[in-house]
Formats: sequence, structure tokens, C-alpha cells
Amino acid sequence: MAEKITQRILQDISVPEEKQCHLCSRCGLCLSVCPTYRETLRETDSPRARLMLLRKVIEGELQISRGFVAKMYGCLNCLACNVICPVGIKPSDIALAARSMIHQARPQSLLQSLIFGNYFSHSSLMELSVLPMFLYQCLGIQGAVRAFGILERLPEQLRDMERMLPPLPERSLRHRLPEVMPARGERKYRIGFFLGCFQNIVFTNVSAATVRVLAHNGCEVVTPKDIKCCGMPHVGHGDLKTARTLARHNIDILEKLDVDAIVTDCATCGSTLKTYDSLLAEDAEYNVRARAISAKVKDISEFLGAIPLREPQHPQRARVTYHDACHLRRGQNVWSEPRQLLQLAGAELIELREADWCCGSAGMQIIMNYKGSMQILARKIQNIAATEATIVYAGCPGCQLQLGLGAKRFGLKVLIEHPIQLLDRSYQ
Amino acid sequence: MLSAEILKEFVQIVGSEHVLTSPEDLIAYSYDGTSVEYCPDAVVSPFNTEQVSRVMQVCYREGICVVPRGMASGLAGGAVPVSGGVSLCLTRMNRVLNLDTENMMVRVEAGIITADLQAQVESVGLFYPPDPSSVRHSTIGGNVACNAGGARCLKYGVTRDYVMGLTVVLSDGRILQTGTKAIKNVTSYDLKNLFVGSEGTLGIITEVLLKLIPKPEFARTAMAVYPLLENASVTVNNVLRAGVLPATIELMDNTTIETIEEYLHLGLPTNVAAILIIEVDGSDEETVTKQIETIGQVCRASGASDVRLAKTETERADLWRGRRSVLPSLVRRGPDQLSEDISLPRAAIPEAIRRIKAISEKYGLTIAVFGHAGDGNLHPSILYDKRDPEQVRRMEQASRDIFNIAIELGGTLSGEHGIGVLKLPFLRLALSPIEIELMQAIKHVFDPKGILNPGKKFPYHIKN
Ligand SMILES: Cc1cc2nc3c(=O)[nH]c(=O)nc-3n(C[C@H](O)[C@H](O)[C@H](O)COP(=O)(O)OP(=O)(O)OC[C@H]3O[C@@H](n4cnc5c(N)ncnc54)[C@H](O)[C@@H]3O)c2cc1C
Repeated sequence: MAEKITQRILQDISVPEEKQCHLCSRCGLCLSVCPTYRETLRETDSPRARLMLLRKVIEGELQISRGFVAKMYGCLNCLACNVICPVGIKPSDIALAARSMIHQARPQSLLQSLIFGNYFSHSSLMELSVLPMFLYQCLGIQGAVRAFGILERLPEQLRDMERMLPPLPERSLRHRLPEVMPARGERKYRIGFFLGCFQNIVFTNVSAATVRVLAHNGCEVVTPKDIKCCGMPHVGHGDLKTARTLARHNIDILEKLDVDAIVTDCATCGSTLKTYDSLLAEDAEYNVRARAISAKVKDISEFLGAIPLREPQHPQRARVTYHDACHLRRGQNVWSEPRQLLQLAGAELIELREADWCCGSAGMQIIMNYKGSMQILARKIQNIAATEATIVYAGCPGCQLQLGLGAKRFGLKVLIEHPIQLLDRSYQ
Repeated sequence: MLSAEILKEFVQIVGSEHVLTSPEDLIAYSYDGTSVEYCPDAVVSPFNTEQVSRVMQVCYREGICVVPRGMASGLAGGAVPVSGGVSLCLTRMNRVLNLDTENMMVRVEAGIITADLQAQVESVGLFYPPDPSSVRHSTIGGNVACNAGGARCLKYGVTRDYVMGLTVVLSDGRILQTGTKAIKNVTSYDLKNLFVGSEGTLGIITEVLLKLIPKPEFARTAMAVYPLLENASVTVNNVLRAGVLPATIELMDNTTIETIEEYLHLGLPTNVAAILIIEVDGSDEETVTKQIETIGQVCRASGASDVRLAKTETERADLWRGRRSVLPSLVRRGPDQLSEDISLPRAAIPEAIRRIKAISEKYGLTIAVFGHAGDGNLHPSILYDKRDPEQVRRMEQASRDIFNIAIELGGTLSGEHGIGVLKLPFLRLALSPIEIELMQAIKHVFDPKGILNPGKKFPYHIKN
């Protein structure tokens, strides 16, 4: 009976490519790099098992059960398995595709669609709730509890969610940044700056620094104000429809800018913008346009690494370390550039052990999979402590939030920043 | 199906988090590196030897089948619970218990990932040589249970050569300690070696004492290309007779090379009969360099049309990339493949490959041959499509013919992957009635109720 229902549901929705799951030879190499497997040492939390479970659902031997949903949402989407699979399967992408399937198969609760359907999509709405952002987070937790019914609620979790948020700036950056920031000296490039949701509201200092550093190095910086969320939270949640709507909106705006490059200082925004072409692969109207936009997108460190830079006036002699955000290292193959920026700024860079191992942030993991997320974080914090660095750098706001929480949780005296902030200080 | 009472007992022993029974969990523990699939009735993950012992006491009392499991990278279906029962997963037991640099030995729990163990001993300048390609995704317990080999076996031997002692939980839950740190030991029968390669059918290995050696600092690699298969084979002997013992001599035949090229475009020479990849290592750079040069000369003198020496670490990695890409390339070409593991006297390799080619023609199936030419262990891999019953039938016949070749040429069914379920039907080709009778008796001593990994390794019939 249950199988029948699953089969009926599957008839009407788009299902991840069956062939991909079948190609898996089950060699198990992905287990060696999967942060969730290495934490629980349980096969069910491995990419190999996720492929197998999905295959069983497609073949009608397993229903879209709570357990199945939990496993598909338990993937951190850190992309490590994508890179290592010798057969070329992308289990991390397939877990996202499975979420999209789940999303289509289950009824949307009002609350859920409120969070994902509206919250990130409307920047002004998001700003409205800046003050009670913490409230939103709680709403997020409880929404998830109700919508997915896969969480036990932990008081500790609520406390950590609260601790995770740094003191919020009074005003969002969107209102403070000029529409066009002129280049200092001769204008060499015209840059479109994609201001991400988190930098706009939480880490305003980061993007303020990004725009300053760009201008300082001869860039005229245009920051479009009507840009919306890049769409990653929706892709992560399985809501491809909203993600595509957002992508089309952003493409419309970015196309008009007439710029040499589109720069972002958020790893997640960057990797999402760079894959707008595949997100809209089946959209006849937007497909080619998406490709043109994706080709222009550069992470800030990637862009700065490719142009001549001014020498810093005030080298910053700190002992620092660098954490590779998944969506920079594997999502965009950007890893040497941010390290070079830190060294250019004068820092003594201590290489972090397992620098490219996921920190456990992965978007919603603190909400969806609190315990696992904290275990993975503990491993990261241990490695950071071993470097004896005073500042940890990461090019991703999600990582920054998570590492900040880790420092508090484990009592580690260390500052968490974005590489651009050090370079910015060295110029002042 | 296990009763609620029994599950409760397991929970009391290992904790509720470590007894899994959801459909998702049972599916996740239903497979290994083959295409064999059977779900267990429950997955139990103990934390130490004592918990393993208590779990075994329950299973023995109730007559529940137990299938020990490492990381399920096995290529014989060994960790697949073909008769249901408990999948006993050892991955939580992953501690290094004692690293004794003075005696150069390490005691570890069975569930440690072999690469993690290697990294730990290498951090103090020691070396654990066995290197199955699956080092990063297999456990030392699984390696011992299968007596895993690898590319370096020619010089360094197989897992067995490093096992000094074992802690084993017997089928009734008794805990056996066998072996010591004394290098020489002839005190009565060598029990520990019975467990090496026993594939989980004689007891649950929970701790392993391993011998280590100093780490060789330098390695050099060469690739030799051959227009004739015989010449590649002759090279192996000529190299060894020239007084050089390489760490590895790996062979790939033309079908293998073509398959890799088809999918990866690494720039390997096609239209050749075979390639050898040879690596030497040691602690003196000059000696190692001299050795690889000698090998280059021997290869040419033995008929290699081209020899490439890797000059840098990157070039060396590139040479190995081809070898490591064999299995995945075969998977892509497949759609399905059965990788055999026959082991032969070294000199029989050319004849074996010739006969395998004939089988390939006879059944109209692609068979790629590659493997460890240095020690005579070949992996003929039959490509087929399992959706076509006719092809499956031909594949099965070809597979039997390959086993027959191995036996006729004085070799055997499996060199390192094990018998598991996949090779069980062919066991009588390789074993004499006396051997079977003795093994039957041994199995009976260790597992009178037949609960340890039934249906694997050996066709055991419980005595009444
Ligand atoms: C890509 C790939 C490459 C490989 N390359 C090689 C190679 O080069 N050389 C080689 O020899 N093998 C190779 N293998 C096969 C496999 O990796 C080895 O057999 C390995 O030793 C299995 O270890 P595991 O922990 O995965 O064991 P599993 O697959 O979990 O189990 C294998 C067998 O050992 C038993 N077992 C496991 N742990 C214990 C224990 N603690 N006590 C008692 N019994 C136990 C199981 O019951 C089963 O019968 C390869 C496999 C793959 C997928």
C-alpha cells in the first residue's frame, strides 16, 4: 500500500536520474571523506547509502518515509563525495535532487512556505525582521520541528541558536552602500557587487570592506539594491521552483548593469550564481542568459587574485589560519587566492589541519541536525585550537556563524573574520 | 525477525543509539562492494571487546546468525547478511590502544580505518606496508579477515605477514587472546593465523597487534610499454633476477588500457599489448635511483618498446592515476562487471592471459585483465549487462572457465578478495576432499552452531 502511494506520487514529479544511482559500484571511497559518516560511523549517514536509499525509493521498495527524508536532509552538501567519486557520480547533488523530489511529494505546511517561500525571497521582508531575527530563528526551529517532525527539541539547541547570532548592526548594509561607489584614482574596472542576505543583515562589516577594497584597487562598484536571495536556501530545501524564480529575477537585474565582473564575498552566493546556468538548463528563455551571467561571477578573492593590487600601507602582523568553505574550495575551486590575500595583508598564515573539512554549518544544519552539526564543529574547533591562531578566516558567512558559535561553545579565544577584512585594515 | 526481548538485550549492552532496525538502516547494511544484497534483521555496533562478547553470548544462546562488518568494501559479498540476523558493525571500535616504538608494534581495535592507522604510525616514522587500494575505506579488521593484499605485496608481503596477535570473540562469547610481541613463536599451533583470512566465519576479531617497519623515504616509478604480452611477463622475472626487488609490479592488458583511455583520456599508449608500472622504494635516494635505472634497462632488454621514468612526484602520481582508474573505468563501461581475483604461479601469467582472451572470444564478452604481476595475482574483469539473462549466463560460464584455468595452471580461486558468497560454488574445484574434511572439523570447533557468517567462505554443514 505504502509503496503504491510512493509510486503514484513519483509519477507526477521529477525524480533524480535513476541511472546515476545505478552507476554506483558501492566501492565505499566516499565514506572516507564524508563528514557525517566520519562523525557517526554509521553507513546510513554516508553518500553510498543515500544513493542506495534513493534507488530503493525509485524502485518502489522504500517509501518516502520520515527516515528517508531525514537522511536526504542530513547531507551537508559539502561536495566532498562529488569530488572523490571515481565513477563521477555526484552524490551531494543527488541528495539535493532527492530533496526536490521530497518537496514536491509532500504537502507544504503554511509555516514552511512562510519561511522558505517568502522569507529569503523578499529582502525587505527579511530586513523587517532583523530586530527579532532571533525570533525568526526560533520560528525556524519550531517550524522545522512541526513541518518535518524529525527533530527532538533540545533546550541546548535553542541556546546555541541564540549564541550563534552576533550582535546585529542597527541598519542593513543595503541602505548604507551607495548605488555606485567610484574607483579611487583611475577607473580600471566596473564591477557589479552581489550583496548577499547575510552580509546585508549580519556581517555588514564584511561587505563594506569588500566594496572599499575594490574601490581602493581601481574598481567602480555598482551595488544593485533590488537584488534578491541567490536561491541556495531554497535549493537546499528542495524548492527548486522558488530558486528558479529568484534566479530569473537576479539575472534580469544583473544583465542591465553592464559590468566587467560580478563579485560576491559570500561563498554560497558565489557557487549558486555560478550554477544558474544548470539551475535554468531547461528554461528556454533564460538558459543562455544564465550562462552569460554565471561566467561573469567571481568570488572576491578570485577577482582580486587576478588583478594587480596596491601594496598595503599597514601590514597586519597577526598569526592567523584559514578555513576552506565547502562552497569555495570545492564549489568554486577557490583556495589559494584567499590564502594569498591574507599573506599580502601581512599575516603569518598557519595552515589548518583538515582545512577543507566541512564545519557543519551547511545552511540549516543547526536547525535540522543539531547534534551532528555540533559534533562536526567540535572536530573543526580542535584543529583550529592546534594552530594557536588569533584569527580564523573563512570566506562564507555560514561558516563564520558556525565557527563563531564553536569558539563560544568550546571557550576558544579566537576572532572569526572574512579575509577581505584583514586586507581592508591593511589599506587603512 | 528478532523478538523485542532480544533487541532489548542488545540495547542494554550497546545502548539504544547503536541498535538499528529502521528500514533505511537495514537497507544501508544490506550490501558491500559487490552487487549482492540482503538485509540484516538488526544492526548492532559495539564499542569494545566486552560488548562484543556479551552480544555474542545472546546470539549463541538464541542461535542468531552474526555477520561481522567493517566498512563493507569487500569484493566477495562477505559482509552481506545473506541469512539475515545481526550485522555486527565494528567501526566504532577505532582506537589505537598502544603504539610501541621500541618493539615497533601497534595494537589497535579492529574497526580503525587502515589509512588512519597508517597515518598514526607514520607520524612517529614507522610504516605499516599492506596497501589494499581500499586503505581509505576499509578497516584493519576487514583486512585481517580477508588477508588483504595490495600493490606493495611483492616486496612487503600481505596483511598476514604483519599480524603478531589478535583478540577474538568466539561464537559463544568467550574472549581469546592469541599471539605475543615475541617475533619468533612456535609454542604449539598457530591459532592467530587461522583467523587471518577467515572472513568472519571463525570468530569476531576485536583487537589486532601489528608489526611495523621503518618508513622507506624514497620511491621512484617507471612505466614500461610492451608490444607483446610475453615480454611484459618475462620482464618480471628478469627484474627480480637482476637483483632488484621492486615494491610493486602492476600489469594492465590492452583491453584495460583501452577502457581507461576511452573514459579518462590520460594519454596512455593504446595499440600495445600491455603496460607494466614498476615502483622501487628505500631509505637511500641514490640506491633507489640506481635501481629504477637498472629496471629501465631490464625492461628494454626484455622487449619494452618504451620506458618512462617519473622524474617528479607529480609525474609519479600521474602514472599511478592510470592504475587506480581501472575499476571505475570498467564500471563506466560496464554496465556491470565481475572482477575475479585468481592467483597464479608468476610464470603462468602469459599463458593465463592468453587463455582468458580465448574465453572472451568464445563467449563474446569483454574481459579486461590487470593486476599484481609481481606476485601472480590477476583481476580478470568480465563486463556484461545484468538485465540480459543470456549475457548473465555467458558471464557465469566464463567465470567458471577462468577458475578452471587458474586451477589447471597451478593457481587458485582468490588471492586477496576472499571467497565470500560469490566464489563459494567453485570451492570444490580448488580443494581436495581431505582439505574440505579438515576445514569442516575446524569450523565445527570454532562455530558448532553455525551462526558465524553462514553461507560464506566454506560450505559448512552443521553436524548433528
Ligand atoms: C575499490 C576497491 C579496491 C580494493 N582493493 C583491494 C586490494 O587492493 N587488495 C585487497 O586485498 N582487497 C581490496 N579490496 C577488497 C576489500 O577492500 C578488502 O577485502 C578489505 O579488507 C575489506 O575490509 P572491510 O573493512 O571493508 O571489510 P568488510 O567488507 O566489511 O568485510 C569483509 C569480510 O571480513 C569480515 N570481517 C570484517 N571485519 C571483521 C572482524 N572485525 N572480525 C571478523 N570478520 C570481519 C566480514 O564478515 C566479511 O566477510 C578492494 C575493494 C574495493 C571496493
